[in-house]
Amino acid sequence: MSRVGEVCRHVRSKNAGPFWVTVDLFFRSEELFRRYRDTPALGPEVFERLYGTDAALVKRLPVDNLHMVKISFPRAKPQGWMGERDMHAGQHYARLLDIEIG
Amino acid sequence: MTQADKAPGNVTVLVPTGMLGAGVQREHIRYGIAAGANAIAADSGSTDSGPAYLARGVSKMNRESIKRDLDILMDEAYRAKIPILIGTCGTSGTDSGVDWTRDIAIDVARGLGITPKIACLYSEQSPADLVSKNRQNKITPLPPMGPVTDGVLESCEHIVALMGPEPYMAALQAGADIILGGRTTDTAVLAAVPLLMGAGAGPAWHAAKIAECGGQCTVNPRTGGVLIRVGQDAFEIEPLDLNNQCSPESVSAHMLYESSDPYRLTEPGGVLDVTQADYQWLDARVTRVTGSRWEPMPYTMKLEGARGGSFQTIMIIGIEDPEVLAHLDEFHDTLQKALTDRIKTTFGDEASFFHLSLRFYGWNGTSGRKVPANAPAPRDVGVMFVVTAPTQDLANRMAKACNPYLFHMPLRPGIELPSYAFPFTPAEIPRGQVYEFLLNHVVHTRDGFELVRTQWTDLADTSHEVRQNVQGR
Repeated sequence: MSRVGEVCRHVRSKNAGPFWVTVDLFFRSEELFRRYRDTPALGPEVFERLYGTDAALVKRLPVDNLHMVKISFPRAKPQGWMGERDMHAGQHYARLLDIEIG
Repeated sequence: MTQADKAPGNVTVLVPTGMLGAGVQREHIRYGIAAGANAIAADSGSTDSGPAYLARGVSKMNRESIKRDLDILMDEAYRAKIPILIGTCGTSGTDSGVDWTRDIAIDVARGLGITPKIACLYSEQSPADLVSKNRQNKITPLPPMGPVTDGVLESCEHIVALMGPEPYMAALQAGADIILGGRTTDTAVLAAVPLLMGAGAGPAWHAAKIAECGGQCTVNPRTGGVLIRVGQDAFEIEPLDLNNQCSPESVSAHMLYESSDPYRLTEPGGVLDVTQADYQWLDARVTRVTGSRWEPMPYTMKLEGARGGSFQTIMIIGIEDPEVLAHLDEFHDTLQKALTDRIKTTFGDEASFFHLSLRFYGWNGTSGRKVPANAPAPRDVGVMFVVTAPTQDLANRMAKACNPYLFHMPLRPGIELPSYAFPFTPAEIPRGQVYEFLLNHVVHTRDGFELVRTQWTDLADTSHEVRQNVQGR
């Protein structure tokens, strides 16, 4: 069983405006990209569980030439709310690294 | 020199930096001008750093850093007789941000002994005007938001509408040497000159999107800005630093950055679609892009609004006690309950609204998520106490009331009282106000001018009178 952190050479997250977070998963090879681009291990319910977002609004967009998958989702609370711990969502990706991807 | 330089109809824009005030380099500006730049364009703002800048209407960048960059840009552009376009002045693009930047530009012009004609474009909106638009059903939400209420619009301290390129194009046609814009999409300020000079709309918008963060689309993002050359069906992008490259990968990857959709980008008056875009090396430093498409749509402007809300006070302690470190989740819950009870008991009805958060840095402070059961204990944690209340005074008093509990809370009852490590005295730190973004909506307008006001400052006008021209149709 491989983990996300093993099959990707780079994973990052960032705010995309005040209300959205976007995660970029760059796979190590074209083969790994093709194998995992549509994996249910990175499905919308996973993002609902990990980030408290609404699964129905999660967007997933593979980018073939870069061997990467972009996953975007609304923040559970807007950027800067009183319980904010990560203003730019720059560390949101870390909790994805240990997901077993197949 | 590349082939595109020689082809007719190409428009070259020098993008010196991703953010005015970040530090432009004179030799890069000279290189770009020598390479045929028709204009210098840069963004000066962002929502990236949070709602405080919009809610307060003040700049994140300091005056000195803006002045330093404008001094270099205005000196070189005036000599080369090319215009400067700056979007989203003062970080959030409020009217006050435009005026602040204009005053710096006037100061710089006097220092350089030059007399540019400055156009200021304002796009801050009054809540009352937007309430009226809302009642005409001209304001629609973007996901994940619902319809906006009049109350929310009225509660915003500042609301700005994101301008498209049209007011910049009109100001250039009216003879502006320098255009200082309020809130504008990052792309519009860079696309304005190519669109005005007849470049293809697809390449113009796509080039602008790629160049919006300056050197971010290059192989070595820290080495300065870029030059875009926009033609009818293609554009080229080149770094201003001779040792840097814009590679097909670094350029195409920029479509991913801070955007929720890497293929389609909604802008005022249309959508940029790069699904069919093709990125190829032109030479060892330059990438050429074809296949960008622009789909015109009914004109919309995105709205941004923010307000200040409650206030926070923080305290920090360090813990190296091995027993506490071996039971951090239990300790967190004990402390959370004890402090919550302490605030309720001490403040009674005055504590009808408060929010208490304890972040254990070194354990799970960054995310607040549950740590796996088998995780080893850390050697050290920093605990940040954050209390939020309606006024700064109340937040301060709540922190003071919690101070002895935070200092001496034992892991379990009956243990001799420990003392944790406060790094500061006084221990409580008034942090200030909590700001929030309230709008994620678009307003439907007649065109790109309806919500924009243009004001002129002509430094060549010896009477020093300011010509005012409120643009309306």
